Amino acid sequence: MKPRAFDYVRPDTVAEAVDILAEYGDDARIMAGGQSLMAILNLRMAEPKVIVDIGGHTAFKGIKVANGFLEVGASVTQNELMNWPDLAKTSPLLAKALPWVGHFQTRNRGTVCGSLSHADPSSEIPLSLATLGGEVVLRSKRGERVVAAEEFQTGMLSTSREPDEMMVAARFPIAANLKRAAFREVARRHGDFAILALAAVAETDTSVRLGIGGLADRPVATRIDASSKSAIADALGTLAWELEGSDDIHATARYRRDLLRRMGPIVIEEAISCAA
Amino acid sequence: MRRVAKDTKARVTLTLNGKKTTGEAESRTLLTDFLRHEIGMTGTHVGCEHGVCGCCTVLIDGVAARACLTLAQAADGRSVETVESLTGLDGKLNPLQEALRDHHALQCGFCTPGILMSFTDFLKRVPDPTVEQVKDVLGGHICRCTGYQGLIDAMMDGAKRLRS
Ligand SMILES: Cc1cc2nc3c(=O)[nH]c(=O)nc-3n(C[C@@H](O)[C@H](O)[C@H](O)COP(=O)(O)OP(=O)(O)OC[C@H]3O[C@@H](n4cnc5c(N)ncnc54)[C@H](O)[C@@H]3O)c2cc1C
Ligand code: FES
Ligand code: FES
Repeated sequence: MKPRAFDYVRPDTVAEAVDILAEYGDDARIMAGGQSLMAILNLRMAEPKVIVDIGGHTAFKGIKVANGFLEVGASVTQNELMNWPDLAKTSPLLAKALPWVGHFQTRNRGTVCGSLSHADPSSEIPLSLATLGGEVVLRSKRGERVVAAEEFQTGMLSTSREPDEMMVAARFPIAANLKRAAFREVARRHGDFAILALAAVAETDTSVRLGIGGLADRPVATRIDASSKSAIADALGTLAWELEGSDDIHATARYRRDLLRRMGPIVIEEAISCAA
Repeated sequence: MRRVAKDTKARVTLTLNGKKTTGEAESRTLLTDFLRHEIGMTGTHVGCEHGVCGCCTVLIDGVAARACLTLAQAADGRSVETVESLTGLDGKLNPLQEALRDHHALQCGFCTPGILMSFTDFLKRVPDPTVEQVKDVLGGHICRCTGYQGLIDAMMDGAKRLRS
């Protein structure tokens, strides 16, 4: 199908972009890579009045390391970050998670910030941000604010971003105790959305941060006592019940919980056995 | 700042297959429709229009991307390469196309333009890929005819031909 008619705007600066958002609010939608939004428009699941295109724009580019974070600008694509030469050293978790985000062709255009803004509960990038305890930077005409991952994503495809705000950057923590990382997911085919995705970061040999995507309505990150196999199994069992999950066309909630119990110990073990 | 009001047409100028090309498009016109209907280049195919099947894949500023998930307006000022760019004026197939033919890697040919463009980008970055890498890139395409094995063989062989 084809999108319903809208005004197309391609701003040259962040200031211009937030001006338009301030003017149109809810009626405007930012388009970054378009890898989710264009499909939504083509299917007429959304009918915005104004499209604000920031895709590929050099004013919104930039990958930098500052203040203990890897900071990724709004137009940086998933492949640009994945091919950034220092990624494996700087953020081993992202280096392991990014190859699972869609396909080579969609990563060429899809952005890191677009994936976070889209907020799909099974997406790998929001899961990584949650697991690392990262944050996002939102800018509007009113100013700039920084929102922690767990306060940003508020549910399935919903975030605490105000309609006049644009995400200008995502910040992934890169502290020394976040380097031992593992990532696994189960999907029908590589590149499809995850039925369940797990990210693990071993802070010590007995304490692991586990991020779970695809079970609840948003990624959930928690600290797990990994001092023994039974402690891990207990923690995963409790988590599976708490997060519950839901049935959809791809899998039942029960299958997803079962995946968590079976795959959980494997990713946790993998993270712990990574060289520091 | 570029602005195109809804239901109006604006001029789009892009470098298409190395040649400066101009056409008109509405704000909502997809790059696929612009290429096919406005420019008249029908090599780029349209299947799903939501990014899944891959047959509309073209190169935008040199990287493989879905034309169905791109607005024609967004292509203004950029370079776009379609499957038409692969064959010389004399009609001679390029090594990748030759490999497809030799390995019977197409039947109806609907998926073929997209696959060729994906691998045109990918093999520039990874000239000597593993079978696993080729499968990974093919994962971004759906072919209803060949069963993929011919495509894998063709891309491995095509990569070799491009290297020599
Ligand atoms: C075939 C296919 C397979 C895919 N598989 C996966 C997968 O396995 N895992 C996965 O995670 N994703 C997957 N995706 C989606 C992924 O490719 C998208 O890149 C991502 O979800 C959105 O990023 P984008 O830059 O394309 O954003 P867009 O599509 O441009 O925008 C998405 C949403 O975010 C908003 N937005 C974007 N940028 C900003 C910003 N800076 N500030 C405020 N709001 C913003 C938009 O308004 C829109 O609502 C797939 C897509 C396709 C087509
Ligand atoms: S038509 Fe573009 S991916 Fe199917
Ligand atoms: S050759 Fe027919 S779909 Fe691939």
